[in-house]
Amino acid sequence: MRRLSKILAFGMAACMAATAFVGCGSTTNSSSDAPAASGDASKGKVYYLNFKPEQDKQWQELAKAYTEETGTEVKVFTAAEGQYEQTLTAEMDKADAPTLFQVNGPVGYANWKDFCYDLAGSDFSKELKSDEFALKDGDKIPGIAYVIETYGIIYNKTLLDKYFGSDFATIKKIEDLNSFTALKTVAEEIQKNKDALGVDGAFTSAGMDGSSDWRFKTHLANMPIYYEYKDKGISQTDAIEGTYLENYKNIWDLYINNSTCDKTELASKTGADAETEFKTGKAVFYQNGTWAYGNVKDDGKAGLKDDEFGMLPIYIGAKGEEKQGLCTGSENYWCVNSKASADDIAATLKFMHWCVTSDKATTALAEDMGFVIPFKSAKAATNPLVTIADQYVSDGTVSVSWNFSSIPSEDWKNGVGAALTQYAAGTSEWDAVKAAFVDGWKIEYAKAHQG
Amino acid sequence: MTKMKKWYFLIFVLPTLAAFAIGFIYPFFQGIYLSFCKFITTSNATFVGFNNYVTALQDDSFKYAFWFTVMFVVVSVILINVLAFAIAYVLTLGIKGSNVFRTVFFMPNLIGGIVLGFIWQQIFDGILKYYGTSIVLNETFGFWGLVILMCWQQAGYMMIIYIAGFQSIPNHLYEAAKIDGATKSKILTKITIPMMAPSITICTFLTLTNSFKLFDQNLALTNGAPIDFSTGVAIKKTQMLALDIYNTFYANNNYRGVGQAKAVIFFIVVAGIALIQLYFTRKREVQQ
Repeated sequence: MRRLSKILAFGMAACMAATAFVGCGSTTNSSSDAPAASGDASKGKVYYLNFKPEQDKQWQELAKAYTEETGTEVKVFTAAEGQYEQTLTAEMDKADAPTLFQVNGPVGYANWKDFCYDLAGSDFSKELKSDEFALKDGDKIPGIAYVIETYGIIYNKTLLDKYFGSDFATIKKIEDLNSFTALKTVAEEIQKNKDALGVDGAFTSAGMDGSSDWRFKTHLANMPIYYEYKDKGISQTDAIEGTYLENYKNIWDLYINNSTCDKTELASKTGADAETEFKTGKAVFYQNGTWAYGNVKDDGKAGLKDDEFGMLPIYIGAKGEEKQGLCTGSENYWCVNSKASADDIAATLKFMHWCVTSDKATTALAEDMGFVIPFKSAKAATNPLVTIADQYVSDGTVSVSWNFSSIPSEDWKNGVGAALTQYAAGTSEWDAVKAAFVDGWKIEYAKAHQG
Repeated sequence: MTKMKKWYFLIFVLPTLAAFAIGFIYPFFQGIYLSFCKFITTSNATFVGFNNYVTALQDDSFKYAFWFTVMFVVVSVILINVLAFAIAYVLTLGIKGSNVFRTVFFMPNLIGGIVLGFIWQQIFDGILKYYGTSIVLNETFGFWGLVILMCWQQAGYMMIIYIAGFQSIPNHLYEAAKIDGATKSKILTKITIPMMAPSITICTFLTLTNSFKLFDQNLALTNGAPIDFSTGVAIKKTQMLALDIYNTFYANNNYRGVGQAKAVIFFIVVAGIALIQLYFTRKREVQQ
């Protein structure tokens, strides 16, 4: 018996030692930086870690089509909603790591800096319509935006026209709805006369469930950040002052006091709730973006017809906002994994080039996925919200840029979100939002930049 | 031939041992190593010494999460075990339909934590809605929500262990006690509970470690909300240790090492408390 346990102990020790050595081997193999781009594309393969779950099917089809056309193996894997960072972290550690992945902007890039291949000078980057869609780091281009999106306050034209035609309406036409004061008047009058208009409220519920809170803790929060940056002429900061927080409060108050439900219920309202309310004509305004079209359009049972869609800029009462346009930008930057083999990098660059130049791919991106891509051979999207967004630009309004990619961390957003929820429910004061917004920024920025 | 036989066990034990080494021992030691590193992916780590531990121990949200977890563990260990013991006691009295009840009480255990968390969030919010509040708005509701959820899920499992314990007590002990004129409460405290000590040991151990490590239910039910900003640092009022570690790890890529350091501290605490508990409850066990 004694001998047996001795042998057992020895066996275990041997096993441990063996696995430990295996471990050592794998930790040292990936330290080479930026391999030469001289790989052979036909020998490489592509692994795309996709961020957008709603387009998974279309990407799979596109990958298949590419493989049939060129023989290059393309694997597309989509991370679950809200799990991209986690999935990317895990996948990057594998021997077959993604060759094509995405970051959300400068903050995301800071994290994955060591993994981004320099796209400057590649055929793919030459297809860009304008430099502004490239993520730059000195002379390097580590990432390129592949989809441009726009958000604002989507409205139901039929319902809003009904309001314009009513006796109680102070504002009679859409052209006059061009400031926060006007928006407030309209929203409050709709809310007051909701029965006459046959709606439950002016705005859809500003749900603070995880499926919807990003509309406010990120997208709406972009407004005060945008104006503060604009005043100071900066594009990122280590400490935000919150000079436009009062405006943020005003618009948030407007949303929560004039919606389809009581503001104390918002904590548990979901993205699907707001979607349904808008789709069934129970609310006039719905803050969301071009990507929401597919979910609220007419599906035969309910929904809006293409000519019923309208979109307003998010007015918060800033100076000169009559010229303010919709919020247009991207938080989807394609990056190529610099640690992949030269062949794989070449194959990936070729695939990306095909995606934005070939007839098949650009059609799929525009029509099946509804993307607006910032490349020369882009096809027009069929999405009416995109058409509206384009109209704003040609009307000469100034688009609001997406500055939330400079938000220091996810935790900052979560803090602001929780504070907004608690403020709406009345369990804490606006001071909490202020603390989350201003102090939280400083703390999170320091955390992200130490060491 | 006989000499050969002695070595056979190695072949039999190898698959399990290898799985254990690959799936547990190696990640465990690598995890400890990574807690001393700054890293984004595990294959690209740079050694930074004790920095991560210093940051982790200075973190207010970690300290808060620790005390919140301790409070939760105390309450839920007591409640779950009392509840499970009581149900098991009733269901071994031989009432009609015992088997149906056992199955029903055990069933919550078969549902995953995330799903349970969302189901109970709906239930709680469905009620709290009438009072103009929500489970994510009030830390007291959040705390008791978690306790109720855990009781509901775990009591059934512990009940099965207790039932097995009850059934293993030899009948002659009860007969002898009755002949000697013992009252029902005397029988419970002098015979049943001492004879049940092994079951109590295992159930306390399981509930203690499960409650300490609670993650899914915490994530799905409240995700740490509400957040208190009054101290200048955002403190998630219903965030337990495991969730705090997870959030530290992923919220900020600079903090992966800190999350890892927290995880190592967490392991030491849980292992320490569990061993102390085992030592004390073991002492109470009697040999039949």
